[in-house]
Amino acid sequence: MKAIKSLLCATAIVSASAANATDLEVMHWWTSGGEAAAVNEFAKAFDATGHKWVDAAIAGGEAARAVMVSRLTGGDPMGAFQFNHGRQAEELIEAGLLRDITDIAEAEGWKDLVNPSTLLDACTVDGRIYCAPVNIHSWQWLWVSHEAFQDAGLDVPTNWAEFAAAAPALEAAGKLPLAMGQQGWQQSGAFNVMMASLVPSEIFMSVYGDKDTDVAAGAEVASVFQAAAAARDMAAKSTVQNWNDATNLVITGQAGGQIMGDWAQGEFAVAGQTAGTDYSCLPGLGTNPRLGTGGDAFYFPVLKDDAQIAAQSELAALLLKPATQVAFNLKKGSLPVRGDIDMSSANDCMQKGLSLLASGALLPDSNMLITPDTTNQLNDLFTQFFADPSISAADAQAKFVDIIADAE
Amino acid sequence: MASSGRPPQLFRNMTAKIAAIPMILTALVVFVGGTIWTITYSFTKSGLLPKLKWYGLKQYDRLWNTDKWMVSIENLAIYGLCMLVLVFVIGFILAALIDQKVRFENTFRSVILYPYAMSFVVTGLVWQWILNPEFGLQKIVRGMGWESFTFDPLYNADIAIYGVLIAGLWQGSGLVMVLMLAGLRGIDQEVWKAARVDGIPTWKTYLLIVIPMMRPVFITTLVLVATGIVKLYDLIVAQTGGGPGIATEVPAKYVYDAMFQANNLGQGFAASTMMLVTVAIVVIPWAILEFGGSKKHG
Repeated sequence: MKAIKSLLCATAIVSASAANATDLEVMHWWTSGGEAAAVNEFAKAFDATGHKWVDAAIAGGEAARAVMVSRLTGGDPMGAFQFNHGRQAEELIEAGLLRDITDIAEAEGWKDLVNPSTLLDACTVDGRIYCAPVNIHSWQWLWVSHEAFQDAGLDVPTNWAEFAAAAPALEAAGKLPLAMGQQGWQQSGAFNVMMASLVPSEIFMSVYGDKDTDVAAGAEVASVFQAAAAARDMAAKSTVQNWNDATNLVITGQAGGQIMGDWAQGEFAVAGQTAGTDYSCLPGLGTNPRLGTGGDAFYFPVLKDDAQIAAQSELAALLLKPATQVAFNLKKGSLPVRGDIDMSSANDCMQKGLSLLASGALLPDSNMLITPDTTNQLNDLFTQFFADPSISAADAQAKFVDIIADAE
Repeated sequence: MASSGRPPQLFRNMTAKIAAIPMILTALVVFVGGTIWTITYSFTKSGLLPKLKWYGLKQYDRLWNTDKWMVSIENLAIYGLCMLVLVFVIGFILAALIDQKVRFENTFRSVILYPYAMSFVVTGLVWQWILNPEFGLQKIVRGMGWESFTFDPLYNADIAIYGVLIAGLWQGSGLVMVLMLAGLRGIDQEVWKAARVDGIPTWKTYLLIVIPMMRPVFITTLVLVATGIVKLYDLIVAQTGGGPGIATEVPAKYVYDAMFQANNLGQGFAASTMMLVTVAIVVIPWAILEFGGSKKHG
């Protein structure tokens, strides 16, 4: 009994001193090489303030989100965690589990700094700010292999129409025209890119923003489904699963191109390829250069310990400081959330993205407009559509309209 | 009052009853309580967090109008039926063969049971590679000169579930074999001698005498195999991820996807309630036959 008592005392002392030392546990799912290097920039900057960043990385966004949510709802909150901002955290905020950081945002002047302002809107619920956006990732890119087109004796295309027209010739030359991983999020992602790029942007906004079923059933969306059916034929022989395996087909010249977000850039960089000579990146599929503004953000759970709360505030402010933003985003390959910093060391593709960002040719990310539930339904629809050529574009569109009609 | 001095029924075997209390509580609170809670919340519009916001039968309505769920049910039926029949046939034949007093029996037994020592995740990955046309079985057979040989079940949506079945059988047969072997060893040698004296052929002895005598072993095995079928999840995730398309989706994966990817607990609860109902439809009539009948005898 005595031993147990002293043990209890000892743990009490240990936990008390841990709280005073302001260790802050930060959860995220950045585990690949480039991602880990990027998050390490945050950790370094945070440690420099005298606090201690306790890294709690969990591989895989879905697994990580499940753990984070169960810790939050189970009453064992961490110091801070990464989420894709948008509607994923909506319910956690409603349940009062996340800390309102409006005071920090106001003190730091985020309202004027954050560019585009929609990023901050995605963090805002009922006028209060709950998250710190840290980067911008956009989906709307077509990555084209110069080698594949040269082998087939073709000019490198500059937009989707040319790319689609070149598909038969690529196929004849023994190339896979379009590389596509056989996973729902990649397939519905590619469809959303076509929707954002091949028809006027208003269509994307009325379908996902206003959930307008008339537009979703209309001729423009029908043309997107036709294009997706064509893409399905181009990708018919693509059996890879992971997005980076598909990117690798483009890097090695076995495939003509891939529709994938700007994170694919990291793979080209690791393979030592140069944008413009080895590969091309076409924002908005080269047709309608516009970028979505999805990305990552940090949320801060409601805590009781004052020292931890102070550490949270410091971390929140730190994440958007110019120096941390530059260091982090260069490693991550994403765009910074503020327009007033020097990103001249970024490569060609990133510069294209930055200039689009500066000119305001932007769209919200679908994650900001539709719930994870709807996203999941769309993923299922497009996995089915891309795997089974017997589903016609019109049938798929009818199902698409049903999903949009149910969406909230 | 019978004056025998026996303690009342409730207090007999007190120690045993006290010892069973934790398990009884677990069963009541965790299983029964959890089940009732899940069913209740399947009628709500719970998203990321459970909320008592009534939603009527809409979750069920949506469930039965979702292609993925229908495919899941169909796959479970195909996998379950084939698995049950084949695992019993293969397991029993293997056990009967080993029971012929073969040499190196221990070695054979270990080799056949080995796959069972592997998790479904490892099994799934191994068979994903074996069935991959680029560097698996197909490649090897083609390399031996049979150029037109095609065997890529995981890439053909119509038969992909059978590719999963192969892996499931490979993993599960060993356990059934061992259980059957134990059952066979439990049969008195006198029975065999008597059958031989009567001139009954071996296969007939197995079919008409030995198997009926092994009823308890069959029931144990059935329960083990059947629960394995209903909770099939990790094999699918490791081997196919539900693909190609949605061709190898199963109900347990539907539940997980709904709860943790779609943040739609209500939908996940509705799906798991339907799984429970399906199991109940199979188990309850059987339990009534099994236990209701034995009371009369006993």
